[in-house]
Amino acid sequence: MPKTKKKIDKGTLITLCIILGVMILTVILENTINANSLLFTVIRKGAVYSLVAVSMNLLNGFTGLFSLGQAGFMLLGAYTYAILTIPGGIRDTVYYLFQGSSFNFSFIDAFKSIFGEEGAGATISLILGVILAIICAGIVAAICAYLIGLPVLRLKSDYLAIATLGFAEILRAIFQWDKLGKVTNGANALRGYPTFADFNIKDDIGRIVFRLSSFVPLLIAGICIFVIVLLINSSYGRAFKAIRDDEIAAEAMGINLAKHKSLSFCISSFFAGVGGALFAMFASTVQAKTFTSAMTYEILLIVVIGGIGSVSGSCIASFLYIACSEWWLRFLDNTQYIGNYQIPLFRNGFRMVVFSIIIMIVVLFFRKGIMGDRELPDIFRKKKKTVKTPDVQEEPEVNKMHRRLKDYDE
Amino acid sequence: MKKVLAIIMALALIVCCFSACGGNNGGNDSSEKVIRIGVFEPASGDSGAGGKKETLGMQYANSKTPTVDINGETYKVELVYADNGSDQSKAPAAASELVGKNVAIVLGSYGSGVSIAASETFNNAGLAALGVTCTNPNVTAGNDHYFRICFLDPFQGTVLANFAQSKFQAKKAYCLGELGNEYDQGLISFFSDAFKKAGGEVIADSFPTNNSDFSSYINKAKSAGCDVLFCPVSIAYATQIVSQAAALGAKFPILGSDTLDDNMVLDAAKGTDVKLYVSTFYAEGGNKDFDAGIKEYINSNADAKTANGGNDTISAVTAMGYDAYYVALEAIKAANSADPAAIKAALSSVTYTGVSGDIAFDEIGDAKRDTAYIKTADTANAAWIFETQQSVAK
Amino acid sequence: MEFLVSQVLSGISLGGQYALIAIGYTMVYGILRLINFAHGDVFMVAGLFMIYLSASLPIYLSIPLAIIMTVLLGFIIERAAYKPLRTAPRMSVMISAIGVSYLLQNLALYATGGQPKTYASIPWISKTIYIFGAPTRIVTVITPILVIVLVVLLSLLINHTKIGIAMRAVAKDFETSKLMGVKINNVISITFIIGSFLAAVGSLLYFTNYPTVVPMSGAMPGLKAFVAAVFGGIGSVPGAVIGAFIIGICETLIKGTDYSVFSDAFTFALLIVILVVKPTGIFGEKATDKV
Repeated sequence: MPKTKKKIDKGTLITLCIILGVMILTVILENTINANSLLFTVIRKGAVYSLVAVSMNLLNGFTGLFSLGQAGFMLLGAYTYAILTIPGGIRDTVYYLFQGSSFNFSFIDAFKSIFGEEGAGATISLILGVILAIICAGIVAAICAYLIGLPVLRLKSDYLAIATLGFAEILRAIFQWDKLGKVTNGANALRGYPTFADFNIKDDIGRIVFRLSSFVPLLIAGICIFVIVLLINSSYGRAFKAIRDDEIAAEAMGINLAKHKSLSFCISSFFAGVGGALFAMFASTVQAKTFTSAMTYEILLIVVIGGIGSVSGSCIASFLYIACSEWWLRFLDNTQYIGNYQIPLFRNGFRMVVFSIIIMIVVLFFRKGIMGDRELPDIFRKKKKTVKTPDVQEEPEVNKMHRRLKDYDE
Repeated sequence: MKKVLAIIMALALIVCCFSACGGNNGGNDSSEKVIRIGVFEPASGDSGAGGKKETLGMQYANSKTPTVDINGETYKVELVYADNGSDQSKAPAAASELVGKNVAIVLGSYGSGVSIAASETFNNAGLAALGVTCTNPNVTAGNDHYFRICFLDPFQGTVLANFAQSKFQAKKAYCLGELGNEYDQGLISFFSDAFKKAGGEVIADSFPTNNSDFSSYINKAKSAGCDVLFCPVSIAYATQIVSQAAALGAKFPILGSDTLDDNMVLDAAKGTDVKLYVSTFYAEGGNKDFDAGIKEYINSNADAKTANGGNDTISAVTAMGYDAYYVALEAIKAANSADPAAIKAALSSVTYTGVSGDIAFDEIGDAKRDTAYIKTADTANAAWIFETQQSVAK
Repeated sequence: MEFLVSQVLSGISLGGQYALIAIGYTMVYGILRLINFAHGDVFMVAGLFMIYLSASLPIYLSIPLAIIMTVLLGFIIERAAYKPLRTAPRMSVMISAIGVSYLLQNLALYATGGQPKTYASIPWISKTIYIFGAPTRIVTVITPILVIVLVVLLSLLINHTKIGIAMRAVAKDFETSKLMGVKINNVISITFIIGSFLAAVGSLLYFTNYPTVVPMSGAMPGLKAFVAAVFGGIGSVPGAVIGAFIIGICETLIKGTDYSVFSDAFTFALLIVILVVKPTGIFGEKATDKV
């Protein structure tokens, strides 16, 4: 994306307006139409997934590190968030198999003791507590990523992928281990922490007067994605892209490969951790069982559908993906009739078959995804026909192979 | 080529959107009044087989009693299904689908984890949910909208531990559950507590998800000299454990929880000399009319037969699904309204005598149940034999 | 003693079954530099083919038919999902592989209706026998023997036939062998056919031992077989076999200890250690002669 000098150009402006419009529309819709509509589930989950997809894109699309550890970092984030915010009062019931937890600190409780239990004090504690816990979730994931990255980032392409996938599996086993049950609650789900629904504004008798539960995830994900975009457009981002395009050339230009790879890995994991915390808020329970490699594949497919190397592509794709899988295609699972004629094939599981066929079509025939490596502003920017610079991604297989083999020799 | 494909896909998407919208409004065209009951059950994933059998009971009940009277008006009862995929991350969306279709009350789910994950969604919508066979204490604890008609894991674990000790004089038990599965680990923990309290010794072990090789675990149990093997696992694992125990010539009896009460497990035990005992909610023969009726229903309907695993052995969950449907109808009648909030308020005081026994709710929302049935597998004929009725002194 | 013998026996048989899958991974990777994520699912589908075929056909017909259908499936997957991406970056191909894996799992889910399926017992290999007093199925003993026979046949094929020479040439240098007139597409197809054939044989043995098939049945064995292939040195057939046996035995031994929780995690830990310490694996060729 070309750097804009002071004056915000038209494309960016339109994009910003669209994002703002979507947010406002969400708030309005949630307070006017049926708030339990699937639309809002899609918006919430879509927001969470778009953040995770963008964080994966930062690694895969912008730095060229093919990592499949996203679910593992989400798991770390989700657990950190939940453990730090479950109120002390209900810990015994949540950890009922382990007779209470050994880690009895909750940000919410801590802030409540400062700002008070009631009214505005409770609201401030909730907001501050949640924000701090989310940041902690990111930090824990980033620290873990740093440690994992020390040995793993030396690996190349698909070896890196399989190693990070392995790490995610190991993490899952550790969190499910009953010896750590006092902290992680073993096999049992963590619950009772603040979720998106807690951000609905309620009156004194607990009736909801103003709904914000779909706006909050959009807002948090939006801020995080904005930070990532800023990063991509900074000198660090350009270094990342240089590494993606040609490691040797990048190193020759004075980019510290190890440092930048590690940095990109940590930042990506930080936001995956934040995404995990948001996912915990979305799902209202956290259980290690959910964060499987299938989840990573899902996110990877979102990135591919959106276009590898396009932030806005990832966002659009994640909303489309979630809407298709959770909402629009659901009718395929039920027997349908046209008049009295029962349509064949329509029964349980057909939705996922159709869905995976669509994915295969995208992967095979629309390899660039929805956006390619363009961004939303580029589309609105009416430029004269851009001369297509040779895309590095399309480097012939052989050259790539040779380079990789050379790398092994060293 | 690409353009054609793109156009086709765009069209397909548009069609999907329309039909999705259409699907939501479908069924409203007729003039008769309809009340909808949400069926929140897994039809895929680990618990898919169990969820389908539970749904079967509701469908049968619905075919027997398709209407309910509210305020003198006859409402048609319509079952609305949402597949939660046995997956916590998909549960909230499936739950919102039901909520979005304006159901009056929700039944389900098979599997406690998904029920807990969806609980919040039902609560926000002001819906009552009626758990059918989700036995984990956390489903109903700490909320006022989730009820259930089955017994709980602490009860079930204790029953099985008592049974192991009274029937087999077991001193040492080997417990095997899926790693990270709330249901398995919970039951194992309750079983161990009760077993140890009575002076027994317990070895607990976990296997990773999607594991197929259980021979190491069974060998371990054998070499440790365990008297019983307790494995409260989901159906797919249970079939593996049973058949591998048979191949390895395990002599100890295998104890299972309500999930093992399934004809696929029975099939795995068929023709072997495995001693298999399961605790369950209902034993075939408990209610002759129901048995005959559901068998006829299953045999006359090919889809139902497939859902039941290809034969007409009655699973306890089917009986529970059947009862749950009637409890829901009772609540609707008691509320005398189609309004979810009124039904929710009425549900807590509903009492009903179903095929699986008397159902009444305590203050937490759990059914007051003090007996479990224990069945054993007749491996020669592939049938369940009623063993005993076991209860726990409170 | 009985415990140890029994554990080692089941480890060897598990290892043998992994080995048959691992060969498919290692050969495909050797030629295409592609982790064929769908390979584990082909293995699972082979199991389902067998279940559906044996329901209506006698065993001696359904076994060859199941194998033929699996081979066809492998061939079709390569032609439909990987061939169009021959010039695309490697990541696209890998993503396509993940997509195929997703598709196969969902198709299996649709076909089985979410019910676990019980594998047909093949009469002469599912019997229980006793070795040093440890009971086990005959298939446990057959597996390693069969694996060794198949590997010997495969090495003969690779080292002494024209197509074998072509395979090695393509694995060494894709572009040059193309210039020398090797029909790349045929070579790749044959690689997939061999891989699927071995996966089908592996699935016969595996599901006879562990007779329940669910849509996710192939995922874990697939990943573990891949780890085995990396462990042995990717691209090397004997390496993959030895790696698979080591992993199979380690896995069962760990399951016998108190840390059975980490039996899967161990496999991945082993992978990471190997990748970091010796990325070429035990038998991996020195990369120099490839450039």
